[in-house]
Amino acid sequence: MTILPRPTMSPEVEARPVILEITDLTHFFGNLRAVYNFSMQLKQGELVGLIGPNGAGKTTVFNLITGVYHASEGSIKYRGVELVGLPSHEIIQMGIARTFQNIRLFSNLTVLDNVRIAYHPHVGYGIPHALWHGPYYHKREDEVTALAQEYLDIFGLLERQNDRAGSLPYGLQRRLEIARALATRPQLLILDEPAAGMNPQEIDELMELIHFIRERFNLTILLVEHRMRLVMNICEWLTVMDFGQIISRGLPEEVRNDPKVIEAYLGRQSALLK
Amino acid sequence: MAILKVFKRIRKPNLYFTLVALAIYIIVQVLLSAGLLNDFWRGILFWGAAITMVSLGLNLIYGFNGQFSLGQYGFYAIGAYAAADITYRWVNSDASGVVVGFLGSLLVLLFFMGIGAFLKRFYGLLPLTKFMAYLVATFAGYFIAVKFLAPALGPTLMQLLGGPYPGAVGRQIVFLMALLGGATIAGITSYLFGIPVLELGSDYFGIATLGFTIIVKVLLDNTDTLLPFPEMKGARGMVGIPAWTTWTWVFITLMAVIVIMRNLLHSSYGRAIVSVREDERAATLVGIDVASAKIMAFVLGSVFAGLAGGIRAHDVAFLHPNTFNFIQSFNPLIIVVFGGLGSMTGTIFTGFLWIFVLEGLLRLILPPGFETWRFVVYPLMLLLMMLLRPEGLFGSYEVPFLRRLLPPIPARKSSLEGQSEEVA
Repeated sequence: MTILPRPTMSPEVEARPVILEITDLTHFFGNLRAVYNFSMQLKQGELVGLIGPNGAGKTTVFNLITGVYHASEGSIKYRGVELVGLPSHEIIQMGIARTFQNIRLFSNLTVLDNVRIAYHPHVGYGIPHALWHGPYYHKREDEVTALAQEYLDIFGLLERQNDRAGSLPYGLQRRLEIARALATRPQLLILDEPAAGMNPQEIDELMELIHFIRERFNLTILLVEHRMRLVMNICEWLTVMDFGQIISRGLPEEVRNDPKVIEAYLGRQSALLK
Repeated sequence: MAILKVFKRIRKPNLYFTLVALAIYIIVQVLLSAGLLNDFWRGILFWGAAITMVSLGLNLIYGFNGQFSLGQYGFYAIGAYAAADITYRWVNSDASGVVVGFLGSLLVLLFFMGIGAFLKRFYGLLPLTKFMAYLVATFAGYFIAVKFLAPALGPTLMQLLGGPYPGAVGRQIVFLMALLGGATIAGITSYLFGIPVLELGSDYFGIATLGFTIIVKVLLDNTDTLLPFPEMKGARGMVGIPAWTTWTWVFITLMAVIVIMRNLLHSSYGRAIVSVREDERAATLVGIDVASAKIMAFVLGSVFAGLAGGIRAHDVAFLHPNTFNFIQSFNPLIIVVFGGLGSMTGTIFTGFLWIFVLEGLLRLILPPGFETWRFVVYPLMLLLMMLLRPEGLFGSYEVPFLRRLLPPIPARKSSLEGQSEEVA
């Protein structure tokens, strides 16, 4: 199988540094080969989509990047640092954040606390301060609260900061999850099916939101999605997976017309019919 | 000016809590001095405080951190026996208990810090590797304490604090060291136990901790044969412990436990601990070190249990392994669930209520010979509770002092809707 290279983008983009480099990533679940020879190169500031039918291994790739699983073979380099084998929380602290396919908020905590938790690695006071509640503790807590409120403000959640996160409507929960991910101060944001369960209008809002946070926080974004409408509209280029392998890669237009992609999505029969 | 500023910092609930606590302290002290509270009810009160501390520890582990544990009574037993042994030896003119139990434990903690800093350099260490490193440090620390520190410092310390029957001040110092020694030993044990076992999922962890309690009980049954502690007298029960627990000690330790737990839970570390309960995977993926959050809650909870053990041991002045039977280890669990998982108020209230009703009130109400019916009455209460109010007596309610502060909502500066138009 030939390895599909990343499409050539504008010279300005090509000159940027590589932020994530995945080479020959392979992962087995028992005897099942979930991901096979997956390679990908992301440049700083890109917005890239990873698509494919159900069970193609997209989420597994995300889990491998964020250290939920440890890859059987291959390497994942973030800014030149090998991630395979590192524990998840350290990968996150290096500047990668992600959201989940099914929303995973701390649903019994307040909206504000959901975001404040993300500051824990940077909170800067030790356990003695935490037990004593001295002036330094109060200073840092106030700072963290203010920072978290800034994020909530951006996402329009400020009025609901003291509500239970689980009591928010679905769309707001998605937003809160993204706010929480951004509060870890990432440079690379990984979105796992952000549009799942959304209606067309909510998807439009989401697209706006993604564009907005990308500009505002100077992010590189990698997203998995089923909804073609979202992917075709906002991604700069796409990688298509099926049965754990890359079957196509290119600009949205190219991918849309690739017979292999049509076959993977619609089945062989309909591809023949076409 | 600075004093004024500090005064302004004091939140009203904190002030009220301090005042109420002091009032309770003074009232009980007056009642005790006036002889209005007889030995029976004094015992109930102290027992209630000890059980409350044990249960608060469990609430930290299970209610706030989500790790189902049945090991609490094991740590309670370790704290009780360790503290009792320290003072027992002291009143028998042997300072080695204080030196090994207190100073030796501090030495081990020092070793732990060194090893912790060293192991940070390695990625992906197996829990068992870490466990072995810490285990070696524990043995090394206590070996040094027994072999070198005890003979060198023991006699001097004994003389310094006024011999086996020290004066008021010397006695309090020895007692403090015994309590802290017992609590630290319980903490060290839980740290060693927690490193490999906290990796397990919740239910498996529960079974493993149950195993721990059973091991502790069996070892206590055989302290004079399997372990080198003939003074603990194995299954016959340990006697001759000085009854040094006073109301002041009970009050101070209980307040310390409540304030430490509350302060920790309200800090960022507390948020990390609670986030692990809510969703472990999500906690990891916002950068929380789940393993360290779990071990922090587990060790602190065990330290509370160890402290309570010391208080209890010096109150009844008699320890028997059967009091720490694994069946008993369900008591704190029942108290925590009864009071409301994740509610400190509920645990404090239920802890006292439990002992008051079960050991106090029912003993008086039930006719002689029917005391065993207590163990029919309380399961019935449990059944009713679970049917009528499964979230526990207090649910997640907290009194204002223990309640998490909800920051005021600031005025809105910007909004997504406003900004996104500029971007688009």
